[in-house]
Amino acid sequence: MADRVIAAVEGQGEPAPRPLPEPAVAREWLEAMLLIRRFEERAGEMYAKAKVGGFLHLAIGEEATIVGAARAMRDADYLVSTYRSHGHALARGTSPNAVMAELFGRVDGCSRGRGGSMHMFDLERRFMGGYGIVGGNLPLAAGMGLAADYLGTGDATVCTFGDGASNQGTFGETMNLAALWNLPVVFMVTNNQFGMGTALERHSAVTDLQRKGESFGVPGLRCDGMDVVDTHAVVSEALRVAREERRPTLVEAVTYRFRGHSMADPEEYRTKEQVETWRRRDPIATFGERLVAEGVLRAEERAELDRRAQARVDEAVTFADASPFPEASSLYDDVYVLGDQVQGWYSIDERSPGVHRGEDEG
Amino acid sequence: MTVMRYREALNTALREEMRRDESVMLMGEDIGVFNGAFKVTAGLLDEFGERRVRDTPISENTIVGMGVGAAMTGLRPVVELMTINFSLLAFDQIVNHAAHIRYMFGGQAKVPLVIRMPQGAGHQLGPTHSHCLEAMFLQVPGLLVAVPSTAADAKGLLKAAIRDDNPVIFIEHEYLYGQRGDVPEGEDQVADFGRAAIRREGGDVTIVGISRMAVTAEKAAEVLAAEHDVEAEVIDPRTLRPLDLDTILASVRKTNRCVIVEEGWPHGGVGANIAALVQEQAFDDLDAPVARVTGADLPMPYSKPLEQIAFPHEPQVVEAVLATFRDL
Repeated sequence: MADRVIAAVEGQGEPAPRPLPEPAVAREWLEAMLLIRRFEERAGEMYAKAKVGGFLHLAIGEEATIVGAARAMRDADYLVSTYRSHGHALARGTSPNAVMAELFGRVDGCSRGRGGSMHMFDLERRFMGGYGIVGGNLPLAAGMGLAADYLGTGDATVCTFGDGASNQGTFGETMNLAALWNLPVVFMVTNNQFGMGTALERHSAVTDLQRKGESFGVPGLRCDGMDVVDTHAVVSEALRVAREERRPTLVEAVTYRFRGHSMADPEEYRTKEQVETWRRRDPIATFGERLVAEGVLRAEERAELDRRAQARVDEAVTFADASPFPEASSLYDDVYVLGDQVQGWYSIDERSPGVHRGEDEG
Repeated sequence: MTVMRYREALNTALREEMRRDESVMLMGEDIGVFNGAFKVTAGLLDEFGERRVRDTPISENTIVGMGVGAAMTGLRPVVELMTINFSLLAFDQIVNHAAHIRYMFGGQAKVPLVIRMPQGAGHQLGPTHSHCLEAMFLQVPGLLVAVPSTAADAKGLLKAAIRDDNPVIFIEHEYLYGQRGDVPEGEDQVADFGRAAIRREGGDVTIVGISRMAVTAEKAAEVLAAEHDVEAEVIDPRTLRPLDLDTILASVRKTNRCVIVEEGWPHGGVGANIAALVQEQAFDDLDAPVARVTGADLPMPYSKPLEQIAFPHEPQVVEAVLATFRDL
């Protein structure tokens, strides 16, 4: 069944690939994708070494969807992602050191060790979070669109989620509200063809996901999520519509994750042949080859970019390893915003009786 | 002071805060053209227009989630849910996002969101519209929980909730909407979260009443004084998070008896929580076990006689207080 999706991707749009952007831009896109790839490969290794706890969901294979979307955005736009969001943080400019330190649960992590892999955040770069609840991020993105609209800032919001999330109630509710209120939001369904281990055609009656918002008044576009140029072009158009026409769009990026859903996934729900078929369309390999073929990069420059990405990731691991764990005394920090108007008992420390930090302030 | 109904006090608070702060806006089902299911938002659409007073589709989880997202990025939304039972559809956004975002992102974001909703039995609305669920919200770190029982507190606490940078669950009571009370005038009459009100002073027993039950407790205290020569001190915590435990403990240390009255369910209830805190902190001051008067442990029945015996009234409170004086 996945072949049908491949055919759909390969059959849409112009037969010739979209033209490349300026050489410096194309090179940066490749660098950004390489950084995500090498970062996540290393994160997987660190997970195997138990440096990283909890769940680890890798987006290896999906890098073009991340970089294509992020590079279509302005700095002031908001990006909202899912529990598979290391790449989104990196693409927005969050330091690999801070993302790796978060995976390690360290104090220098981008969520200060409170969130972990599924809950990356970087307010300064308007990366508004990875979220662990499937579909839970859609209303948040609509709310950010509402605030931007209300305040008249002209900022747009891009919200990514997986094909599995398109079955949540929040999907329909949010599509309806975004269309009803003309919110400047681009909803991007990263269709990697599996909701965890359940194939698209086994979890969604409508597999043409770009059409799934139509009945709510949200038109759809599809892009080849294995092609950063196509993804960038389609998301750019959706962002233009959001900003200029004040309308939401649902962009379906058809892609494939080369690794399991998480590190604890024996992948019994798909064949090795299918994975191999998609690996031949590896978004980084194909884009790198194209840049060499079209004379943007020399082969040795391409290899050098890869080495630099590896070195950057090495540095991130060294940094994360050196970063301390958060102090026990910080356990209750940031449960609340403490102000003059708040006093009394609001967080009870169950480790011991008596009043603890935070309970007597105000 | 002006005498106004509880719902008018809420309306005044919303109006004043919206005039004061452009970032305050309202979202909810039928709050605009319909003026609100309980008329709390009456006239606000006319004054502030559709940009700031937004009728929403019936999509509780998404409305609350949008409130969270908007609060993270510069607004101070006030979301109205038509009853507390409907908030159950929004529990994902309330708990996983509104309450947790500040903590899970290491303090980078704040969520200055108010979620208003009425609770309570007495109108024969049956098992899906009548419950008191404040205990469910009380459980969640990251939320503030207000349960105003007077018109003055309805206004003062709602204004405080809107100005607060934390997500606030603001629980009104359907019975109280029509009740009148003195309300201080002025835009800056903002009540403090975490400060209980002593509704009646007395030296014999402490009665803590939650939400509407603060009113019931006060009436019961009058009966106790008139018919049983018992002077009860009635405390209305007003907010459950933060909880003004000090005021409750000071009273218990004086009276040596404590009865907690709530309309919600007994297991894991507000009373269970306060009873635990009181016995942990003031065990040696107690002359009797901490007593609780709660709603019945069942879905709320429709039939009027059944509904009336399924939540506390003054006689049950009087009986529970008198029981603390019996020989053990």
